Amino acid sequence: MRILAIDTSTHVMGIALAEDDKLLAEYTTNFKKNHSLRLMPAINQMLTELEIDPKQLDAIAVAKGPGSYTGVRIGVTTAKTMAWSLGIPVYGISSLQMLARNGRNFQGLICPFMDARRDRIYTGLYTFDGTYLKTEEKDQIILLEDWLSIVKEKEKPVLFLSQEWNKHKGMIHDTLGDQVRTGDFSMNQPHPESLLALAYEQEQAQPAHSIVPEYAQMAEAEKKWLASKEGRGYE
Amino acid sequence: MTIKTDIKDNEIILAIETSCDETAAAVIQGGNQVLSNVIASQIQSHKRFGGVVPEIASRHHTESITGILEEAMTKADVSFSDLDAVAVTEGPGLVGALLVGVNAAKAIAFSHQLPLLPVHHIAGHIQAARLEREWDYPALALVVSGGHTELVILQADGEYEVIGQTRDDAAGEAYDKVARTLGLPYPGGPQVDKLAAEGTPDVKLPIAWLEPDSYDFSFSGLKSAVINTLHNAEQRGEVIPPENVAASFQQSVIEVLTEKTKRAAEQYQVKQVVLAGGVAANQGLRHAMENMFASSSVELTIPPFSFCTDNAAMIGAAAHVQWKKNITADWDLNGVPDLTLY
Ligand SMILES: [Zn+2]
Repeated sequence: MRILAIDTSTHVMGIALAEDDKLLAEYTTNFKKNHSLRLMPAINQMLTELEIDPKQLDAIAVAKGPGSYTGVRIGVTTAKTMAWSLGIPVYGISSLQMLARNGRNFQGLICPFMDARRDRIYTGLYTFDGTYLKTEEKDQIILLEDWLSIVKEKEKPVLFLSQEWNKHKGMIHDTLGDQVRTGDFSMNQPHPESLLALAYEQEQAQPAHSIVPEYAQMAEAEKKWLASKEGRGYE
Repeated sequence: MTIKTDIKDNEIILAIETSCDETAAAVIQGGNQVLSNVIASQIQSHKRFGGVVPEIASRHHTESITGILEEAMTKADVSFSDLDAVAVTEGPGLVGALLVGVNAAKAIAFSHQLPLLPVHHIAGHIQAARLEREWDYPALALVVSGGHTELVILQADGEYEVIGQTRDDAAGEAYDKVARTLGLPYPGGPQVDKLAAEGTPDVKLPIAWLEPDSYDFSFSGLKSAVINTLHNAEQRGEVIPPENVAASFQQSVIEVLTEKTKRAAEQYQVKQVVLAGGVAANQGLRHAMENMFASSSVELTIPPFSFCTDNAAMIGAAAHVQWKKNITADWDLNGVPDLTLY
């Protein structure tokens, strides 16, 4: 079974390819440069070097968000269209769960997060049971302040994993004190091979048509429209 | 790219268009046979916002793209092994919307190792004429849509020279704004056209002819004049029949479009004039163009309505020209929101 993994949901662009239980290739960059332009050349180079024809792929795993709206769409569109045209299924995997996997073997709570602007973060809470990652609090968009009070009540050590750790570490340390654990730079960066591992753990892949991005929130225009329809103010 | 195109005339192209709010796919054979033409319109979704919201458009495209592609392939009764190339709108348009089509096209072309043909959206509107009849060069195209108002000269296959364009609002944009001012529902262009047919053009409105030798257009002054006229009447407690406002506005737009088209047709001694773009569905404009060229030797081509509004069949028709010239894109093709015509 050959699976191609694609992640373009943040500034990190990662692709990987596994054959059964062997990781054959992994390519990651971490800088803000056009994923739409660079994704397919990267896939092409990887498959060419491995001498694997696209038609020899058995499934595609993709980070489906949350993350950058445009970034997530580039990955999901590429994954679902390749899968549809090749007649193979897709594993849509949470971009946060993918990041949380960097904290496997940690005994407490694992908190991956991404900055979502205006003091909010995309986040969720995971635990590792020795074999699998389990969801403790589902992926969501939330004010960092509100999230930290939820986490504080858990009264357990929390491993924070994020590319934006430095931006928010002050507030996190101030609120949670000695509950806080941190990872190194590699743990703070999503790795595409995590998508492969998580895909293997999933029981079933999805048909290509049905996979859609997880934005974790409505578009701004839709929020405003709903607010006006319900006759309340838009905050 | 290492993929070689084997240039034949009856090639089958899968074409994709997602530059604005229509998710569209089509299968075209030999540049003029439409084997299928599927469009998922998002109008119902954008209606509540009174206009196209880019983020919402991009979301819809991502959700429906593979379903639309499958429908186009099924209706055309072709499989991937029947395809000779995949074509896609590279630009101009909404960047997030373009990206969905471009990445989908790359995904199919890569998966099946097919050539990738980039297409300019306006070239698509112009080449919709190919679905009606062969070109007679030199030719002139008037492209009028929500985003464009352009006069383009074609001396040969796929050789476009823009001789005039709007300096501010596109004609379709002015239509939509006037419609909103008149309280007509979105999308307003066709509503103004319908209303205009019932009215008398007795409201004095300006026409921006610009410099005597210019083929450029300007519609923002006209649009403002409509808004001011209605506002002033309201202040005086008068009511101007909206159908008369619509008729007067429409007459101003059509007069400048048809006059400049006629002048360009004469100056460039063209054999064919094509009216293209979404506003080509406008009855008033169609009739005026038909009248203008009725007694001339110039052949007037107006593609059927379904090929005038955004669709992928026109992208397939334009891709045929790319195919014949062997103009393919590499895997680094990207959506370009402000692409110039090629
Ligand atoms: Zn258009």
